[in-house]
Amino acid sequence: MNTTNNSDSDWLFEIAPKNNFFSLNFKEVWQYRDLLLLFVKRDVVTVYKQTILGPLWYLIQPLFTSITFTVIFNNVAGISTGIVPSFLFNLAGITIWNYFTACLNDTSDTFKRNASIFGKVYFPRIIMPLSVVVSNLLKFGIQFLIFVIFYLYFYYQGAAISLNASVLFFPLLVVLMGVLGLGLGMIISSLVTKYRDLSYLIGFGVQLLMYLSAVMYPMALIREKIPDYAWLVSYNPLAYIIESSRYMLLNTGHISVSGLVYTFLLSFFIFFMGLLIFNKTEKSFIDTV
Amino acid sequence: MKDIILKAENISKQYRLGQVGTGTLSHDLNRWWCQLRGKEDPYLKIGDTNDRSTKGESDYVWALQDINFEVERGEVLGIIGKNGAGKSTLLKILSKVTAPTTGSIKSRGRIASLLEVGTGFNGEMTGRENIFLNGAILGMTKREIASKLDEIIAFSGCERYIDTPVKRYSSGMTVRLAFAVAAFLEPEILVIDEVLAVGDAEFQKKAIGKMQDISRGEGRTVLFVSHNMAAVKSLCTRGMVLEHGKVKFDGAIDEAVSYYLSGESEVMNKKVFDEDYNNEVFQLNEISLRSKGQTYEESLSENLPIELHTKLQLRSEQSDRYHVTYHLYNEMGEAMFSFSNFQTTNLKTGDNNLICTIPASFFQPGQYFLSLFIIEDKRQAIFVEKNIISFTVVDGERELGVYMGKEPGYIKPQFEWKNLLKG
Repeated sequence: MNTTNNSDSDWLFEIAPKNNFFSLNFKEVWQYRDLLLLFVKRDVVTVYKQTILGPLWYLIQPLFTSITFTVIFNNVAGISTGIVPSFLFNLAGITIWNYFTACLNDTSDTFKRNASIFGKVYFPRIIMPLSVVVSNLLKFGIQFLIFVIFYLYFYYQGAAISLNASVLFFPLLVVLMGVLGLGLGMIISSLVTKYRDLSYLIGFGVQLLMYLSAVMYPMALIREKIPDYAWLVSYNPLAYIIESSRYMLLNTGHISVSGLVYTFLLSFFIFFMGLLIFNKTEKSFIDTV
Repeated sequence: MKDIILKAENISKQYRLGQVGTGTLSHDLNRWWCQLRGKEDPYLKIGDTNDRSTKGESDYVWALQDINFEVERGEVLGIIGKNGAGKSTLLKILSKVTAPTTGSIKSRGRIASLLEVGTGFNGEMTGRENIFLNGAILGMTKREIASKLDEIIAFSGCERYIDTPVKRYSSGMTVRLAFAVAAFLEPEILVIDEVLAVGDAEFQKKAIGKMQDISRGEGRTVLFVSHNMAAVKSLCTRGMVLEHGKVKFDGAIDEAVSYYLSGESEVMNKKVFDEDYNNEVFQLNEISLRSKGQTYEESLSENLPIELHTKLQLRSEQSDRYHVTYHLYNEMGEAMFSFSNFQTTNLKTGDNNLICTIPASFFQPGQYFLSLFIIEDKRQAIFVEKNIISFTVVDGERELGVYMGKEPGYIKPQFEWKNLLKG
């Protein structure tokens, strides 16, 4: 070999069969940041093209769900939301919950949906789910705006609602929700490449999960009514995020520090597991998808 | 010293055939169990070579096996091979779309690929938006794209449509736009697969010219996969022939192409036709080609006469109303000439075995295609079959010391020459 010996070390990169388990290349992701923004733009611009109501659809879904929940759970079933108007209580829960499901649903079929593009060019695959989480953040922003409008409406109607000082930490809860949705989404998207069964599970699994996430009832209520099964909710990190959000925004319920620490640790654990599995999958998924 | 920019070492790729479904989980668990005990993957030991025509014994197949090569900076490497030879798999590995099963590729430059045009194009977005998106997918930053935007638009020739959604574009325009984006990429290594299959002649010329600029002028390295032998020949400096996942030939491009073409001809020189090739006038039975005195299983040599056999049964009683005409096309699809049995021999009612003898040293080595026409009353074609048979003429033996290269053109007719001044 007449390439000199020292030149063997100056390769820019190497393509090898199995990557190191911890080989997420953050530098590379940073190089592709423009792509991330362009994907976000694409998602936002193209989703409601050729629809009449356009972005209004972002508002219709949470509003109608809140109305339904208010009628069914509060008026018919008689769940009490204390001094807070039930509609606002439900809207807060649903707005946060929606961000999680949007992140989870849209990232959980990353590999399957993008197989054609992933099959042709290389870019750090993580860009795809990341862009989904960011573009859903915009969607969440719009939905949150609607919540704010109703909040002000009820406030001037004289409802006994007030912000809690801890509302300053609310953005962190949103980030945590995104991290959790992304982490789970990455794990599922990786498994779906081989085992398609999972994608069927997701649809109704998410729906069931909603009932365990304190979206339309206060956490305290479940502990009081069915103490035997309350652990299902108590171990659910989503329930803590939603309960805490309502505490911050509506000053109702209570905030559990230990619960939040648990949620934080679990979310990041799931996120890193997701990263690892996603990284392992991206190298060869195109052969199995 | 050679300036190696890309080096592939023992690249292999294994695929699992059949349904991925039942058994997947058990194989996965078995593999994981072996890994856990520090043993080798049990499924790596098995696997057949990738020959799709024969039935293999194993569910696993090697799409690529022990591929080794080096590419120098500025080299344009053509990768040729039949369908299923592993070309696309190799390009996929090179462009990091999928990982090799074993081996590694080391590179000193960024690799950008153009595996198929229009990757990531979104029909709802305008041409301009798609330039940015596609450029970013291929690894450019927004600033890089913005600085070249005018050039890209000019090169694509789609100025008028640049703010129209891409879903309104014709397929040719989409290709132009996509190629334009890729052409202004500045990777050290560009991987291109079959881009030239679409697009009109003018654009192909432009594209080939751009690729030549890229490789010669700017010293960038190009890996090019195509079935267009003329394009491969005019662009590449080196050729690599893949067959059943292995490198069969690696060397000068002209030799690589002729190696590839001579391999191609072995089964194609005889065609037997079934019931589909008949009507009330005739039934076509067989077309075959052979060098004079040889069988149709041997390749056609340039320095032997070629016999074209046409076996057909004529049902019509008025046999003198019909004759057979062939059109001959070269490998670029250009019509070269036509020839017919009209004026030389007539068809008879019943079985016919026409032999047309093409003199020795008439064709240049290369691939040719024949289209068959059955003509009625010298004016109307009652049967037309394009590319009914193709054949490849290979280099014949030449005396030592004579010119060994390729001569220009496709045919070298033997004209009559005389010297009027006799010494």
